[in-house]
Amino acid sequence: MLAKPFRRTFIQALFAAVAGIGLYAPFSAQAQAVAEVKIGVIYPLTGPGAAVGGELRNALELAADIINNGAPGITELPLSAGKGLPNLKGAKVKLIFADHQGNPQTGATEAERLITQEKVVALVGAYNSAVTATASQVAERAGIPFVNPESSSASLTARGFKWFFRVTPHDDLFVHNAFEFLRELEAKKGIKPAAVASLNENGLWGTETTKLQAKLAPDYKLNLVKQVLYPAKTTQLTSEVQTLKAANPNLVLQSSYTADAILSIKTYKELGFSPDMILANNAGFTDTDFIKTLGKDAEYIITREVWALDLAGSNPLIKKVNDAYNSRYKINFTGNSSRTFTGLMVMADAINRAGSTEPEAIRAALAATDLPGSKLIMPWKGVKFDATGQNTLGQGILVQIIDGKYNTVWPFAMASRDVVWPMPKWEQRK
Amino acid sequence: MTAEILLQTLASGVLIGLIYALVAIGLTMIFGVMDIVNFAHGEFLMLGMYSAFWLFSLYALDPLLTLPLTVLMLFAFGVLLYQVVIKRIIAAPMLSQIFTTFGLMILLRGVAQFLWKPDFRSIENSWVAGSAKIAGIQLGKPQLVAGLGAIVITAVIHAFLTRTRLGAALEATASDKEAAQLMGIDSHRMFALAWGIGAACAGAAGVLLATFFPIFPEVGANFILIAFVVVNLGGFGSVTGAFWAGILVGVIEVMGGLLLGPQYKTAVVLVLFLAVLMFRPQGLMGKA
Repeated sequence: MLAKPFRRTFIQALFAAVAGIGLYAPFSAQAQAVAEVKIGVIYPLTGPGAAVGGELRNALELAADIINNGAPGITELPLSAGKGLPNLKGAKVKLIFADHQGNPQTGATEAERLITQEKVVALVGAYNSAVTATASQVAERAGIPFVNPESSSASLTARGFKWFFRVTPHDDLFVHNAFEFLRELEAKKGIKPAAVASLNENGLWGTETTKLQAKLAPDYKLNLVKQVLYPAKTTQLTSEVQTLKAANPNLVLQSSYTADAILSIKTYKELGFSPDMILANNAGFTDTDFIKTLGKDAEYIITREVWALDLAGSNPLIKKVNDAYNSRYKINFTGNSSRTFTGLMVMADAINRAGSTEPEAIRAALAATDLPGSKLIMPWKGVKFDATGQNTLGQGILVQIIDGKYNTVWPFAMASRDVVWPMPKWEQRK
Repeated sequence: MTAEILLQTLASGVLIGLIYALVAIGLTMIFGVMDIVNFAHGEFLMLGMYSAFWLFSLYALDPLLTLPLTVLMLFAFGVLLYQVVIKRIIAAPMLSQIFTTFGLMILLRGVAQFLWKPDFRSIENSWVAGSAKIAGIQLGKPQLVAGLGAIVITAVIHAFLTRTRLGAALEATASDKEAAQLMGIDSHRMFALAWGIGAACAGAAGVLLATFFPIFPEVGANFILIAFVVVNLGGFGSVTGAFWAGILVGVIEVMGGLLLGPQYKTAVVLVLFLAVLMFRPQGLMGKA
């Protein structure tokens, strides 16, 4: 019978878990003469976020490879000489991957494991805001620097953490960007949506966005008629879309992950819900699978992004690094993978400037980070952290899906195409 | 709120409910016949979806055309799983059984992710696409066909259970294993049959879903919780119960979402679930 070994294994596992927590002790690193620097990276490698997680993993591996071995033709990145970390005698960056499965609890446990067992000197992660929150808490307690390249929940940098640094702009700013865009759209083209509604997933990210939209709408003189929240792991969105349809908005502000973003557009089409525009909030809408899965039905949607391939027009470094990524993994960077790439670069740059693997030295170097926009593959003015650990030089862009591609349409100065507004109604599309 | 929107929502609820029913029928059958809760049931659905997807994208065979093939494959898979894994844990404590099917769930998801990557996929331009306007209500054709398919499959299973000797033997095993054995019914054969049919039902639901729902390794998770609610509501082991309960859950979910606000749609279903547990634990159509 299997019963006994089963029970035994289970109890052993429990013991191991308890012992693991007991063993936990603050970590101090040995600095001198290191052949490799271990950086722990925590991402959703399995579970619902695994599709994105796989891309982020590729971006991290490319970044580490460029730091360690260089890449032909790429010289502008903070560390692209291919000699590892020069100030640490050319030590190589070694990534230790951990899988958090999109689960905050697992994220915390994995952070713990990376710090106490793998003895990493710093952590990078974790895509999902909720997981970044718990994993960075562990790092804060242990006194290990944590760089977050891509979680945009505004609350993450409002916790007064000392060891937490966020490279990406956060949701407050992104939501502001969307409203700024609407204001400029009215000024420039005289287009103003008469009624606005929001459809947001009901996790930490979606609910915070919902609150912020409610707060900002009056400031920007927008008529917010309905706000709908829904669970991301849903089997159908019929009642949500019907509720929206009944409110009859001209513009839908939407925050969704991949499967639910796809499902929502299919439901819009099925139920004949045709707002003038869907202004989406990144995530699922910028997943590589989004356009691939929806095909023509994805056309005309505008989504905020932090990155687009057509930005290469103004920054040739973007094209070069993307080519390197594409030749390896046969896909282009996305707003997520480009930020994750940038996050690791920022971390490596700090460790190099610290010239040490002492956590405090790395933390101080991170705090002193000052990278110009020309050394980044992002449309940012640079990377410089404020006292809360937030990069103050980042900004978002808006892209519109036209002919199956993301085209930068805002800021108007960086636009590669004119914005198409309104989107045609479903029955008018071919 | 107009009558049209209510009617439209009701119709959408019935259609998604039919899919819930089909998923739940497989689950309730396995439970009814051998008292094992199959946590890997959502993964059978996922396998059905991938089967439809690959046959479509590699051989350009429409999901509707390949439905019988997928059903057969899943049937064989269910029987195989029974013979290789489940057979060994029939007499084991419930905890071991739970761990086993739970482990199967993780294994199947992992294998799917390993083989087919975690990407989201979908079937575009199948025979049934777009939506139709019927009596002022706009309904997706894939959903209509899926609902119809679910009704047909349920009717076939019902007829099998009530009209054939083999079905009667299955029912006999479900109600009293020892007595059935004394009558010369091989209970292992019946168990294998239950797993086969259970997996086939989930597989069929997967194929029908594949024409309008994104396909990814974790997709089973979206449906399994609701399937448990449906099985409970309909009464453990009751096929007709699961059928009506599936429709009921679908309707309650969308109508509750529309009338009380979408944020409460899952809550409404779970409150119903709790109410049934408290006041009628045997389910709406289950035997006390």
